[in-house]
Formats: sequence, structure tokens, C-alpha cells
Amino acid sequence: MEKKVILKTEGIGKYFYDPIEFKVLDNISFEAYKGEFLTLVGKSGSGKSTLLYILSTMDTDYEGRLIIDDEKITGQSLNNLAAIRNKNIGFVFQFHYLLPEFSCLKNIMIPALKLGKYSHAEVEQHAYEKLKMLGIEDQALKPASKLSGGQQQRVSIARALINSPKIIMCDEPTGNLDSKNSRIVFDIFQQVARDFGQTIIAVTHDNDFAAASDRTIELSDGKILNQ
Amino acid sequence: MAGVNTEIALTHILTRKRQTIVAALGVMIGIAIYICLNTLVIGTNRYSDNAIFKTTPHIRIYKEDEVSRPLTKDSIQKKSTVIVNPKISNISKNLINPVKLLDEIKSQPEVTSAAQMVTANLFYNNGKSQLNGSGWGINIAEANAMFDIQSTMVDGDLRTLLNTPNGIILGVGIADKLSLKRNDNLSVISSIGVIKLMKVVGFFKTSNLVTDKGKSYMNLAAAQQLLGQGPSYVTDIYVKIKDPDQAPKYAAELSKITGYTSEDWQTANELFVAGKKIRAIMFAVISWAILLVAAFGIYNIVNMTITQKMNDIAILKANGFSGMDVIKIFVTEAMIMGIIGTIMGFLLAALIVNLLSHIYIGADIGYFPIEFELSVSLTGVWVGLLVTFGAGFIPARKAAKVDPVAIFRK
Ligand SMILES: Nc1ncnc2c1ncn2[C@@H]1O[C@H](COP(=O)(O)OP(=O)(O)OP(=O)(O)O)[C@@H](O)[C@H]1O
Ligand SMILES: [Mg+2]
Repeated sequence: MEKKVILKTEGIGKYFYDPIEFKVLDNISFEAYKGEFLTLVGKSGSGKSTLLYILSTMDTDYEGRLIIDDEKITGQSLNNLAAIRNKNIGFVFQFHYLLPEFSCLKNIMIPALKLGKYSHAEVEQHAYEKLKMLGIEDQALKPASKLSGGQQQRVSIARALINSPKIIMCDEPTGNLDSKNSRIVFDIFQQVARDFGQTIIAVTHDNDFAAASDRTIELSDGKILNQ
Repeated sequence: MAGVNTEIALTHILTRKRQTIVAALGVMIGIAIYICLNTLVIGTNRYSDNAIFKTTPHIRIYKEDEVSRPLTKDSIQKKSTVIVNPKISNISKNLINPVKLLDEIKSQPEVTSAAQMVTANLFYNNGKSQLNGSGWGINIAEANAMFDIQSTMVDGDLRTLLNTPNGIILGVGIADKLSLKRNDNLSVISSIGVIKLMKVVGFFKTSNLVTDKGKSYMNLAAAQQLLGQGPSYVTDIYVKIKDPDQAPKYAAELSKITGYTSEDWQTANELFVAGKKIRAIMFAVISWAILLVAAFGIYNIVNMTITQKMNDIAILKANGFSGMDVIKIFVTEAMIMGIIGTIMGFLLAALIVNLLSHIYIGADIGYFPIEFELSVSLTGVWVGLLVTFGAGFIPARKAAKVDPVAIFRK
């Protein structure tokens, strides 16, 4: 089967200047395919999160080129990037998850309400479906701040899925989860990749999680080790 | 969809009700004071304008004194020195053909009424006591229409003058000093020495003591006789126009039309006008200062919310909210507080104005001269909304610039 490239980087490099200048990412070039479950591994401090921020379009301060869905991302205006993120990219953060004053349900609904493709009622129904998928529908109306870390992480995964984005990027999505819930998350990622053709790019420290994914890219000191 | 930004703003507002209420109360007080002070200025100005317009016309048309000129022309005797002694010329102050002039002035679209006058400097004599002042020869109907003289009468009736050719109405100050009663006779001497025996038919009292001590009203013909002049002698034409504020403009126009000097009331009452200006500036400064304090309250709370919500802003941006969306969210929060505060301020102002207008001051002021001014109140509402918009927009712009990556890395 012909594999469609959904995300492509060409020689991406990035420097940090504080406290001293050093190159945190060096000549990163790889492709991710439609429907692929890709994991990013590497030692702590190897630049995984930094790369993910660039891929997510939030960090625009880098060299090289980023192409998502055949569209050149590098150099686009901040407003365009925001719209692209809203529509095409779901993001699960390493530490920061939810808006504390809103219910879990609202947290999940917000990107969809922003997109404005479906009515409020439809969005709410979709959000319930995602919550059920992740086994936390009983928490729907609780304020996000009253949830455990693992529950919050699952809500943020549900939020990443709500707009059916082409790519879902995760920074240690199972970092706070026990093995049972890690399994659930893994299965969901595998399912959306296989059934809906969505691409997963997940940073992980969990070797089993990485081993079970379609492909693993390893970073070391800002360079790709093997592919 | 506009909905989601508003929804987020509302949630922020509802989770911090206390601060919202405090900020709204600040706006309420600011707006209430703004509206009250400006209403007060309008009310007192209207009262004092009315007091002035009881004796001063909007525009006065008269013949200016001319200073005599040397009979010889410089151009003929270039080399010799001419000694001249400029004096006010003795030409009569008569306005020529006053009836026609009056009709012409009355036909101007801006003019609401016009009245002819003869003013004469007089001495009032009763026995040995003598008092000087000025007599106003008036056409009763015209003058009353303009100055509502009847309303200032404390004794007698203005209309008695109509069938009393030698009747005179005196200021109460004159009556006191010369101990005169109604129907007493009074001998009056004019500046050119004409003596006339007049009959006191009434007294008036204005809010101006000096006026009450010197002024009197009489028939036009009586004043003309005192000046030794015939029935076509008129010294002034007084004009009222639709909008008194436009007086300087129409004075110039009337001057052009009639060929005589015309003086607007602002020029005739410079001190009064200056006082009014100072008052207006003072109250404007005070009301704006209070508004700014209220605005600062809103600025403060929005700023604080933004500082506390850096994380949320980063999350929203990561999920595809643009800088403009973030601005909308925080401006909406400011506007909600502003709208609540402004509406309450409007109502509070209406209440205060209503209470003030029921306070009885007494004398010829009567009730406190204030009434609800819709235009000022609407301006207050606009200003309130504008100021809160600014107070929300300034910190919101900062929020729009938040770099989500920098927040997530912390
Ligand atoms: N804002 C910054 N300024 C300077 N250096 C930074 C900054 N952020 C990260 N770094 C450095 O860049 C390197 C890569 O950081 P990054 O967060 O990408 O690592 P990581 O691979 O995600 O590690 P971990 O697995 O612990 O999350 C680290 O050496 C880190 O110290
Ligand atoms: Mg990391």
C-alpha cells in the first residue's frame, strides 16, 4: 500500500542561548505517515519535548522546514498556525493538562466549540463518547481541578481526540498512568491510527509502549540515532 | 463561533464573583458620580442662565457712541501738525425707524422674540431723599414676553402700566429706601433735566440686589418724554433667539443686517461666562479622575486574572485559540464587569438626581435646580463602556502575546 506522508521535517535544528549557546536539535529529518503510530524515545534532556513543540507548530524559532499534510508550516503567521493546530493537531502535554475551572466535559468540548463545525449538543455528545472510551465518563461534570493526575491525563487525551485531528502529539501520555490504564491509552491510540487513519507521534520513556508501536525514533543529544 | 470565547469569559467571571462585584461597584460609583456631576453642572447653568436672561437679552442691538474725528484730512496738510480733541460725538443714540427695524429682526428665522427699549438715567425723588438709577421704557407685552417681568412682581400688576400712562414699577430696593407704597406719587428727573411726576403701580424683586436698588419699568412713551424725545425714539432692541449659545454668531449676523452694533449676552456677562467655564472644567476633571480610578479597578482585576491564568492561556493557544481570541476573552470579562457597573451607576445616578431635585432650597430658587438629563446619562453610559473596554484591552493585549512553549517549559 502506498504510504501517504502526513508530516515531514527537513533539517530541523534549534539553538538555546541561555545560559550558554548550544544546539539542542541538529539536522532532524524524518517523515511520519498517515495512520502511523510513531514513538519518540531518548534519554532525559535529549530534546524530545523541544522537537515536539516544533512539530506542534507552537515553537516557530528553529531552522529547517516543517511540512504538515503537504502544507509548508514554517514561516506561516501565528493566526494561521493557531487555526492549523485547532483543526489538524491534538496535543497531550507532559505536565500541564486542563483548565481547572471548567468541568472535564467542557475541557474536552472547548477545541470543538472553537472549531465550530458541530452544534453545541453534538459536540457535547462527541465529548461523552470520548470520555466513555477512556473510562472516565463518571467524572464528566466534575471540575478538572478535582481529578487525580491520571484522570486529568486521560481527559486531556480525550480533548486531543475531539476534533479528529490528522496528527495527535503526546508528551509522555502514560507518564502518570498505571499499567492497566496505560494499556487502555495504548489501545485507543492504536485504534484511532488503524481505524481512522490518524497519526500518533508520542514521546515515551516506557519501553514496552515504544516497542509495541509501529515505529520508534530515538533521539540522542539532539540527533536522530536510528530509524 | 463567538460562543466559546464568551463562555470561557463567563466561567472566569463566575468563579471569581467577589472580585467581579468589587470591580463593578467601582465602575458604578464612577459612572454615578460622572452623571451626577455633569447633570448638576447643566442644572445650575440652566438656573443661572435663566436668572441672567430675566434681565439680559440674548442679543442687544444699539447704536455705539462715536468718537469725533478731525475735520481736516491728513493728506491735505501733510506737513502741519493737527491738534485734535477726540470726544464722544453728540449724535443721538436713536435707532432710525425702529418699527421697521423690529419687524425685520423679528422676521429672522432664528429670532424668537424682539423688544424695543428706551433706557434713561434717572433720579428718583421723594421729599428730600433722592436716588439714582435707570428707567426702562418698555412695550409691556414685548418686554414681558421676553423677561417674564410679571413673575418678579411682589406687589401690583405689570398690566396696570397699560392704562396708567405715568405709571412706574420700582425695584423693591428703591421702594425701601424712599419708603414708597403702591399708588404713591414719585417725582423723577432725567439726565437732561426733564421732571415728571409718576405714580407707583407696583414693585418687583429679582435675585440681584443692585438691580432692585436702581431699576424701574415704565411705558415707552414716558421714557421718551423723560429724554425729551418723540415716539420714534428707541435706544435698544433686545432680541431672543432659539439657542442662546449661538448668540455671538447671530449677533454678528444681526449687526450686518441692521447696520447697528449688536452685543451678545456672553460679551455683556464675561465674568459670568468665565465662571461657568471654570466650573465646567473643574467638574470635568473631577468626574474623569473618578472614572479613571474605576477603570483602574477593572484594569487591575483583568491584569491579575491574566497573570494567574498564564497556564490556561497557553493551553487555549495550544488548542488553536489565536491571540485575537484571547483578547476577546479578557475584553469580554472587562466588559461584563463594566456593563454591570455602568447599568448600576446609571440607576444610582437617576436615584440621586431624583432625590436632589426634591430638596427645597427656598428663596426664588425653589427646588434644587437639577433634573434628569438623558443625554448626559447616555454619554455617561458610553464613557463607562469605553473606559472599561480600554481597561480590559490593555492587559488583554499582553495575554495575547503569551508564548505557550515558554509556559509549558516551566
Ligand atoms: N528554555 C530553555 N532554555 C535553555 N535550555 C533549555 C530550555 N528548555 C530546555 N532546555 C534544554 O534543552 C535540552 C532538551 O530539553 P527537552 O525538554 O527537550 O528534553 P526531553 O528530551 O524532553 O527530556 P525529558 O525526557 O526529561 O522530558 C535539555 O538539555 C534542557 O536542559
Ligand atoms: Mg520532555
